[in-house]
Amino acid sequence: MSVATPAKVTPPARVITTKPRVSDQIFRGIVTTFSFSALVILSLIALFLFLKGFNTLKEQGFGFITHFEWSVTQDAAGKDVTHFGLQAMLVGTVVISFVALFIAVPLSVLTALFLTFYAPERIKKILVTIVDLMAAFPSILYGLWGFFVLMPMAEYWAKLIHKWLGWIYIFDVPQSVYTRSPFIAGIVLSVMIIPIITSVSREVFSQTPLDRVQAAYALGATKWGMIRAVVLPFGAGGVVGGSMLGLGRAFGETVAVFSVLNIVFRTNFQILFTQGGNVASMIIQKWGEAGPAEISALMAAGLVLFILTLIVNFLANAVVNRTVKSGR
Amino acid sequence: MSTTSVKQVRPWAPSVTDRAMTGLSVVLAILTAVIIVAVTPMKGKLAYFFLFFIAWFVIDSIFVVRKMGAKGIRDGLAAKVTLLGAVIVSMAVFSILWATISRGIKGLNLAFVTQNMRNASMFDPIGKGGILHAILGTLMLIAIAIIISVPMGILTALYLTEIKGKASGLIQFLVQAMSGVPSVVAGLFIYAAIILNTPLRSSAFLGGLALTILMVPTVTRTAQEVLNLVPRDLREAGLAMGATQWKTVALVVVPAARSGLITATILGVARIAGETAPLLFTVGVFDSYNFNPFKGDQGTIPTVVWRGLLGGTPESVQRAWSAIFVLLVVVLIMFVLARTLGSKAMKKK
Repeated sequence: MSVATPAKVTPPARVITTKPRVSDQIFRGIVTTFSFSALVILSLIALFLFLKGFNTLKEQGFGFITHFEWSVTQDAAGKDVTHFGLQAMLVGTVVISFVALFIAVPLSVLTALFLTFYAPERIKKILVTIVDLMAAFPSILYGLWGFFVLMPMAEYWAKLIHKWLGWIYIFDVPQSVYTRSPFIAGIVLSVMIIPIITSVSREVFSQTPLDRVQAAYALGATKWGMIRAVVLPFGAGGVVGGSMLGLGRAFGETVAVFSVLNIVFRTNFQILFTQGGNVASMIIQKWGEAGPAEISALMAAGLVLFILTLIVNFLANAVVNRTVKSGR
Repeated sequence: MSTTSVKQVRPWAPSVTDRAMTGLSVVLAILTAVIIVAVTPMKGKLAYFFLFFIAWFVIDSIFVVRKMGAKGIRDGLAAKVTLLGAVIVSMAVFSILWATISRGIKGLNLAFVTQNMRNASMFDPIGKGGILHAILGTLMLIAIAIIISVPMGILTALYLTEIKGKASGLIQFLVQAMSGVPSVVAGLFIYAAIILNTPLRSSAFLGGLALTILMVPTVTRTAQEVLNLVPRDLREAGLAMGATQWKTVALVVVPAARSGLITATILGVARIAGETAPLLFTVGVFDSYNFNPFKGDQGTIPTVVWRGLLGGTPESVQRAWSAIFVLLVVVLIMFVLARTLGSKAMKKK
């Protein structure tokens, strides 16, 4: 009995290739194209604001940033004479943002420390929800709240500060009007940027290398001793970065600031007095009755604001990314 | 035969005495604060609040100093100050919530959510006219923004997590930078690029475009986080079965991350639902229904609030509070949805 040996069939050699299939090529093509949308949008924003603001930038030159007058008048011949200068508004933006940082950074760092090292699990969950919720509140809600709820309280605080610290220039006021001041706008902004700073700080604090934490405890450190010796030095970069992210948000905030601030084109460092400025809310304020020349100026103002926030954000993200990476 | 039983000990947990001491110090501190406020001319909730913390610190320090000395006092101070910070932050949130609820609820009635403002002005008595047109307008804007920005955001996230091309670092950086674009700049950009250059005038569509700029970074970053949570094994299994990368992503990775991607969308919507500044440039204001997204101004909740606030009379301010209450309810619902879906997505892993 013999078994028929089956004829040996050699399958054709497979073609081994690393070249992706057509479907994959299409897939990668589409995804890659779309991934550049951020780049395209950002450059389009810069391009169009520059094009539309070009006239103003050419006419006003460097004075657009260094002058503080904003007016459209007609000379004897009926020709428009324009003066557009952002200085007062830029200074105002920085002043308000720093008031906001001054209040928000300590509170956020304390909250982040509490959340990471002190809070029991249940309270921690609730508090994290609260902070996240804060980030989701619409900015106009902050404006309403700031105007109707915070302003009466803050006016009282401003009077107290003026009474005790009025001898310092920035806490002095030329007349005793305390409403709609940069101080109040700063408080509103501080509430708006607390969630950003808190969540970034918390993320960085929680990345603290565990071996260093345990080493500190093993050497007999109290909790605060451990935080001061290990967590704060490690997390300092993250806190700085988070604060700068908050600063970027504060620079660009519009309606909330507009609701509570009396916008006046004068460089003012007296934070308790009822005049101040903010580039973003100035744009909204001037928009309604703006003619073509002024619209161009507002576009240029938008460009300045855009570049300013972009720079702050770039720096902030660079700092945060470096700190978070160093813990891994 | 004797058995030894091991008694569970937890040397790190606070003992009964410790707890009693903490409780006692809190009670004493409350008493001290009340007494000081009653005796001295200081008054107000703030006085109670700060006196309580100071008294608590002093009393607790006295308890601790015998056991741990100055180090213990510093430790106790740090614990209390961090708690103080957290309490102040939560007070701000509760103040905002309370103001919205207590003031907003007064102006709510059936007409407010079922009528439009065509035959009523901001200054009419409450009960006449409503903001249904604005609710519909906001929903339309949100729908347009979702249609454009969700594919854009998720595809960008896929590039960052699946393809990991050469430009990943750059794109990541740009997306982070884009999340910092001020909302007013987004509005100005759409105005400069489209309204000044083309015959298109303000409409819901342009508003949706402006909101897209603000929404894409949020969607991208959340989607990226979620896609990163999908285990590598799933991807490798898909590829090992002979699927192409496209099939693996479409049939394995994206379905696995589905609820997370929905969370990303909801978070993006919550980010833009209340944006006001860009709408003033691109959508305008309108008092009645407008169902054409490409033509004509559109009423939206944020602009209703805005006009109510600027109106300044008690009626218009009341309308503003009620409108923001409606908006806040919408945002809160989305927030809760995002949380539950998000935590489900985490648990599956």
